[in-house]
Amino acid sequence: MAVPKARRDMPLTPISYPTFGSMGKTGSWRTFRPIIDYSKCTKCTLCWVYCPDVAITRREDDSPEIDYEYCKGCGICANECPVKAITMQREEE
Amino acid sequence: MQSEWKFTAKDIVEKPDLFMSGHRACAGCAPATVMRLIMKALRGPTIVTHATGCMEVVSTIYPYTSWAVPWLHTAFENAAANASGIETAVKMLRKKGRIKYEHVDVIAIAGDGGTYDIGIQALSGAAERGHDFLFVLYDNEAYMNTGIQRSGGTPLGASTTTSPAGEVIPGKLEPKKPIADIMVAHEIPYVATASPYYWRDLIAKVRKGLEVEGPAFLHVFAPCPRGWRSDPAKSIELSRLAVETCVFPLWECINGEYQLSAPSKVLAMAPQKKKPVKEYLAVQGRFRHLFAPKYEKLLDEIQRITDQRWRKLLKKCGMAVV
Repeated sequence: MAVPKARRDMPLTPISYPTFGSMGKTGSWRTFRPIIDYSKCTKCTLCWVYCPDVAITRREDDSPEIDYEYCKGCGICANECPVKAITMQREEE
Repeated sequence: MQSEWKFTAKDIVEKPDLFMSGHRACAGCAPATVMRLIMKALRGPTIVTHATGCMEVVSTIYPYTSWAVPWLHTAFENAAANASGIETAVKMLRKKGRIKYEHVDVIAIAGDGGTYDIGIQALSGAAERGHDFLFVLYDNEAYMNTGIQRSGGTPLGASTTTSPAGEVIPGKLEPKKPIADIMVAHEIPYVATASPYYWRDLIAKVRKGLEVEGPAFLHVFAPCPRGWRSDPAKSIELSRLAVETCVFPLWECINGEYQLSAPSKVLAMAPQKKKPVKEYLAVQGRFRHLFAPKYEKLLDEIQRITDQRWRKLLKKCGMAVV
C-alpha cells in the first residue's frame, strides 16, 4: 500500500498505513551497538525471538543479522545469548 | 480442548512479522516483544483492536502504523466492547454474504490500566455475553504511557509516581489484583498466563485462545525497563525471574480446570528450584527502597503473599502443596 508523502495525499478519514519505521530510523537512538561474533554463534535464533524492535533478521543459513537502521541498542540480544556471542560496544568506538 | 497446532521454530520464522520495526517503544520494551510473538500465532484473517496504552501510542502515529493487520484504536475503557462489536459485525456480514472469509479472529489488546481498572466493566460484559474473541492483557504493572502511575496491577511495595516510596509510605500499599482468577470466575472457556521468556508457551497459548469457541483471556507478563527502573537488557531476564520466583506463575484454566504450564510445573515438582523473591526485586529500581533497613519487613511480607498465592494455585491445580 502506498504511504502518502504529503498532507494533500492523505485520506479524509484517519486511516494509517502499515510501514516500516513509523517513527523514522530508530537506530539513531542507540548508545551501544550489538556486534555478533559469528565464530561463537550456534544459530539458536533466541536473539531473533526476543528482539523487541524486529531488528534481527535471519539469513538463509539461520545465522542472525542485525539491522542497524532500527536497532535501538537495548542489549536484550546480548543478555539472552546463551553462548555470549553478542557484545555491546559504545557507538563512537 | 487440546490444540492440534504443533509448531516448530521454522513455522514461526516463515510467518512474516506483522508487528514491524521502527515503532517508538523505548529500548528494551518487553511489551513490543510480546506483540510480535502474539502476531506469530495467527491462523488466518484477524482484526486487532487496541485500547489506549503504551503499545497503541508507540505503534500507530498518524498516518503510519506498525501493524500489518486491520487494526482499530479504541478508548481506554472499551477494548472488549469494541471486540464484541467487531465480532458481531463480522457475523452479520457473513450472514448477508458480504465477506468471503469463513472465520475472522478478533483480538483485543489492552494494558494493565485498560484491563485491571478502567476496562474491566467492558471485559466483564463481553465475557458474560460470550463473544468469540481473545483478550490479551500485557501487564507492565502501572500506567507507563502517561508517566508511571499506580494501577490495580502494580505489586505491593513498588514505587510509582502516584505511590512514591519515601519517608511516609514504602511504595504501593496494596498487593496486585488477581485479574486472571477474576476472569476464571466468569466461567469462560480459556484463561491463561504467559511470559515472553517462555516464547513457545506464549505462542501456543495465543493460538489456543484463538481456536477456542467463546471468550478467551490471556494475561501476559511484560517488563517495562522505564517504569521498573531496570536495565533495558534485563527485560526478558525479568520475565524469567518472575516465573522462577513464583511471583507470576504460568498456568492455564480450560473450562474451569486449572493446570500448571511446564515452566511452573517444574517448580511445583522440585520446590528447591524455586528462587527467593528478593532475587527478582533486587534488579528493579522501583523496589530499591525495600533493601534499606527501614522497610525490610516489607520484603518478608511480599515473600509471604507470593508463597500464599502459590500454595493456593497449587491446590487449585491439584498438586501437592509443599
